[in-house]
Amino acid sequence: MNTATHTLDGHGGHAHQPGGLLRWLTTTNHKDIGTMYLSFSLLMFFVGGAMILAVRAELFQPGLQLMKPEFFNQLIGVHALVMIFAALMPAATGFANWMIPLMIGAPDMALPRLNNWGFWLLPPAAILLTLPFVLALFGIGDGAVATGWTLYAPLSVQGGIGVDFAIFAIHILGISSIMGSINIIATILNMRAPGMTLMKMPLFCWGWLVTAVLLIVTLPVLAGGVTMLLTDRHFGTHFFDAAGGGDPILFQHLFWFFGHPEVYILLLPVWGLMPHVLSTFSRKPVYGHTGQVWSFVAIGVLGLVVWGHHFMTAGLPVPALLYFMYSTMSISLPLAVLFFCWIATMWRGAMSFETPMLFAVGFIVLFGIAGLTGLVLADVAADAQYHHSYFVVAHFHYALFAGGIMGVMTGVYYWLPKWTGHMYSERLGKLHFWLTVISFNLTFMPQFFLGLAGMPRRIPDYALQFAEFNAISTVGSFVLGLSQLLFAYNIWRCIKGGEKASNGVWEGTHGLEWELSSPPPHHSWETQPVIKD
Amino acid sequence: MNSAHASAPHTGHYYVPQPSLYPFFLSGGMFLLALGFILQMNKFAPGPWVMAAGAGVIGFVLYRWFGAVIAENQRGDYTGWEDQSFRQGMVWFIGSEVMFFAAFFAALFYCRHISVPALAGMDPAFTLYKDFTVAWPSAGPKGASFTPMGAWGIPAINTALLLSSGVTLTWAHWGLMKGRRAQLNLGLILTVLLGVVFLGFQAYEYHHAYTELGLTMGAGVYGATFFMLTGFHGFHVALGTIMLAVVAGRCLAGHFDAKRHFAFEAVAWYWHFVDVVWLLLFVVVYWL
Amino acid sequence: DYTWNFPKPVTPIGRDTLSMHNQFMVVITVLFVVVFAIMLYSMIRHRKSVGAQPAGFSGPTGALQWFWVLVPFAILLFIDFVLMGIPAFHAVIEMEDTRTKADMVLKVTGLQWKWKYEYPDSGIGFVSALSTPREQIEGQAAKGENYLLEVDNEVVLPVGRKVRILLTSTDVIHTWWVPQFGVKRDAIPGFLRETWVRIEEPGVYRGQCAELCGKDHGFMPVVVRAVPEPEYAAWVAGKKAEMAAAAAGSDKAWSKDELMAAGKAAYEKNCAACHQPEGQGIPPAFPALAGSKIVTGPLLSPEGRLIPDSHVDRVLNGKAGTAMQAFKATLSDADLAAIITYERNAFGNNKGDMIQPAQIKALR
Ligand code: HEA
Ligand code: HEA
Ligand code: CUA
Ligand SMILES: [Cu+2]
Repeated sequence: MNTATHTLDGHGGHAHQPGGLLRWLTTTNHKDIGTMYLSFSLLMFFVGGAMILAVRAELFQPGLQLMKPEFFNQLIGVHALVMIFAALMPAATGFANWMIPLMIGAPDMALPRLNNWGFWLLPPAAILLTLPFVLALFGIGDGAVATGWTLYAPLSVQGGIGVDFAIFAIHILGISSIMGSINIIATILNMRAPGMTLMKMPLFCWGWLVTAVLLIVTLPVLAGGVTMLLTDRHFGTHFFDAAGGGDPILFQHLFWFFGHPEVYILLLPVWGLMPHVLSTFSRKPVYGHTGQVWSFVAIGVLGLVVWGHHFMTAGLPVPALLYFMYSTMSISLPLAVLFFCWIATMWRGAMSFETPMLFAVGFIVLFGIAGLTGLVLADVAADAQYHHSYFVVAHFHYALFAGGIMGVMTGVYYWLPKWTGHMYSERLGKLHFWLTVISFNLTFMPQFFLGLAGMPRRIPDYALQFAEFNAISTVGSFVLGLSQLLFAYNIWRCIKGGEKASNGVWEGTHGLEWELSSPPPHHSWETQPVIKD
Repeated sequence: MNSAHASAPHTGHYYVPQPSLYPFFLSGGMFLLALGFILQMNKFAPGPWVMAAGAGVIGFVLYRWFGAVIAENQRGDYTGWEDQSFRQGMVWFIGSEVMFFAAFFAALFYCRHISVPALAGMDPAFTLYKDFTVAWPSAGPKGASFTPMGAWGIPAINTALLLSSGVTLTWAHWGLMKGRRAQLNLGLILTVLLGVVFLGFQAYEYHHAYTELGLTMGAGVYGATFFMLTGFHGFHVALGTIMLAVVAGRCLAGHFDAKRHFAFEAVAWYWHFVDVVWLLLFVVVYWL
Repeated sequence: DYTWNFPKPVTPIGRDTLSMHNQFMVVITVLFVVVFAIMLYSMIRHRKSVGAQPAGFSGPTGALQWFWVLVPFAILLFIDFVLMGIPAFHAVIEMEDTRTKADMVLKVTGLQWKWKYEYPDSGIGFVSALSTPREQIEGQAAKGENYLLEVDNEVVLPVGRKVRILLTSTDVIHTWWVPQFGVKRDAIPGFLRETWVRIEEPGVYRGQCAELCGKDHGFMPVVVRAVPEPEYAAWVAGKKAEMAAAAAGSDKAWSKDELMAAGKAAYEKNCAACHQPEGQGIPPAFPALAGSKIVTGPLLSPEGRLIPDSHVDRVLNGKAGTAMQAFKATLSDADLAAIITYERNAFGNNKGDMIQPAQIKALR
């Protein structure tokens, strides 16, 4: 453990670092930790993807072919939990770890050991989520949580051991995210280079600052909600049971008080990243820095007060319905500001379309579809039709995959040369982009139509009129899945070698992170740079 | 540097701790604790053993980890810059705790003002519960009967105890600031004692509730919210008491001076937070 | 009969919803096209490869630019709170007005995994469950036209009448959804929720449960047959007669063979989904009945009373916190007696005893 016998300032060089596996288990270096987050995220992206490919295969045709409905239900919920908590969130945290210290001129994260803990909480949580699948093979328990990712009571009160596993996985994931958030806030508030005021701070850091606050505000509420679920299951309480005066809808309030802000938690880091990429490849300054900062803040605040739009068919009173509808719709205002700023950043620039820029543009267009359909969903009257149909599934995959995952891919391609010191293959990158957008749309565009025609979500089998679109969607999803192997391969190649990257990497970059070498030295900014004006 | 966070521009080095295995083992311990608890609740024999192993690992690692931090601090590794990070960290951590309690307060509010009235207020022609009427405390339409906990017995005494503990703690802080070590030590020890007495009373109250009032976790939403709110609060008091005891031990060992005593302050913040939660509890759970 | 949009609405609410949806789709399509046309234009014109020189601006300067910044904002405000906000407001008020001038009440109870319907005004009630045969689902038979959207007992409602629908559930949350009515409302255990329909055209309307409710969530359709008033009256009369006959059934004494035959049929309909056709169950969630301690335990106490946690108790009252529901809520005395007798004597259990519908009636 702490075998150190030297250095008061803790800035030992590489020499003091344990090698091999121990390096990764013990590291307190923000870049190492960032790398671990990102690798874990990629791995879990494939795990979550593999699960849903099995689901899509089952949905290829009407009838039950591959699995029992119980197992189907387990796959969809764990798919969602894995993708959201173990793929998308860790990717964003990986970005934060790598880039925030570089961008603000800090020597490391503010709380480095805590940082390591934040990461090492993730693998146990991922194991807890997936272990029940394995246990069931040995006849222990009846498999993973089968309630969907939303864990609605009383279905989750009735469920088997998988629910308990999910509850504790969520607790541990929650602790991890809260520790990560605390660290990021402390870093941003306490570690900026002299002269970098908050209003001069890069937008990526701003996106994360708001994200971190949202996490600290909402995750404990989810933790409380699943704790009540646990006591309802095993300790005789009646939080969600009418017989004792409780209410299943209480769980929905608690879940979505977290669940809605969660969607902004997933995307704010990406919205923070976009202006950097757009400005780089348009060779033009970011448009509306201040406006975007305030939009982030507005989205954060509004995001906290609109959760009811997820259960508008549950019988909320009319005033509540109207309130949730109008407040939800108002989120389109700060988002319009962001879209405007993105396009204005491109306007009259000198654009070139390397892979990160392609992904950024793809992101803007496809996330536009997600946002606009979200706006429609907010309409209480029409939501009665959309709710729990594939229309919603399509909406949120446009947001989560095209917004979240493609946003992350934008960042990966953009920063990979900085991280590894090598250029990735532009040819493979572009191929990956085109395959991804095309197959993504092939997978999810039909789901809008399925939803309109009345196909409910979370069903393992469906009526005959839905067959064609489901078949198309399944084909699309397999192409989409396979295309991601290209992504992994490209990253691997880039780590192994390739053309050397310069410090600035791209022609149009500016900012502290681009002043360091590629890859940056083990200790980033041992002496802080001073920002003048 | 930004002006809100006072410290001057940092020219020195920031202390980045050496590589450490503590976090990894702490996570491992938490994994075992969770796994053991799950097995235990689902009646698998190894449950308690796995839990015990997990708790053991956690206890050991925390002991060593905090030990390492204290050693680093005593060695002078930390400057005002690191101190500022710790403060930020503690403030936001307490923020997350506030939200955790908020969830349970929200549940109480919801049951009391939304679900119980809804259950009692259904269209009389079709109601599912013929003679259920709005009342609080309530165990719901099919709950067992129980006697609610009054506010002016033990709870009031406990309020007084916690409030005084806030005073003794502040008094100890003054002692530290003014270099009066005896006042510091005495104040801390008194605070710890008040915490312990509080917990003793609470244990007695729970016993009374279960054996004489019929007030259990299962006594409808009143029982559920009562025990979860006071229980989690009690758990925090217990943690706070342990942390205070550690700080008291360090004070006796001569740690801290008037300028630099982050650990003391962090625990004090935590204690005041627990105090405020209790006041809220006293008002909305016991009294109103 | 696939449509690219909502299926043809047949209620006022359905028509409202569709028209609002259509308007909204037009609005967002226009927004999408305009916004991305601008972007596309920029991407084509302002490329480095065509020699574009980057401008240096980083925010709005001057009144004209501020004007252009605020235009999208204003447009969205208008869309959110006027163009779409006002019709939505009216539609919600309309949707939630379940009681004004309601002609009749239909009470719907969700159960894992079927629907129970009651007509309090006429005193009739029945359970409606999926009727698609297992063979079709498992691919051993060709799938019928209404695959997964067909039930044994359709709900029948009169055309042109405002029906107030009350919803509740006995186990978990279910959602009653018929797309052509524009109605989707949760059935929440222990609570009552309301919605309403006024069906304007005779026909058969199909929908599904829309809230994940456990393993057979995908297999609990809703089928409503809307008929003209006289036909509806005739149907009510027929149902009443049927129920009277069933009630008589509980008073007569049944032979063991009769019970076994009726029991097999009722078992396959109500129990086999979980406990499996041969009683082997899907442990641990759904215990086996073959050789089960509970099933092969004593039937009733010597005084003919219910033994707690016995076979009869389980079937009648269910087991709290599991998917085993209280079947006395949904099955007739005759069905219950038949199922219990069947379970005790099938799957190699061979207990040899039996229970009469009249005994069940007494135990209720
Ligand atoms: C990252 C994920 C993400 C994001 C960003 C969003 C964004 C939004 N979502 Fe989405 N949503 C989900 C993920 C996401 N959602 C998920 C996972 C679910 C389902 C959960 C479950 O049930 O399992 C869901 C479900 C969901 C529902 C519930 C549907 C139902 O179950 O009945 C609703 C209803 O209001 C909704 C609304 C919105 C809205 C209004 C936004 C807004 O933030 C969108 C704002 C954006 C815009 C409005 C577009 C911006 C505008 C322009 C393009 C500019 C053009 C205009 C001019 C310049 C004039 N979402
Ligand atoms: C970030 C979040 C995220 C992401 C990235 C995805 C990605 C995908 N999702 Fe997911 N999904 C959700 C979040 C997400 N989803 C949520 C929240 C739900 C709701 C759950 C609920 O109802 O509770 C859901 C539900 C959901 C459903 C609805 C299930 C139902 O209601 O019955 C479907 C159906 O098509 C689907 C499909 C897909 C597909 C095809 C992808 C593709 O993008 C995946 C791409 C595929 C891969 C990346 C696989 C790569 C793997 C290989 C090539 C195989 C090799 C394997 C190994 C090496 C192990 N998802
Ligand atoms: Cu009932 Cu889904
Ligand atoms: Cu939402």
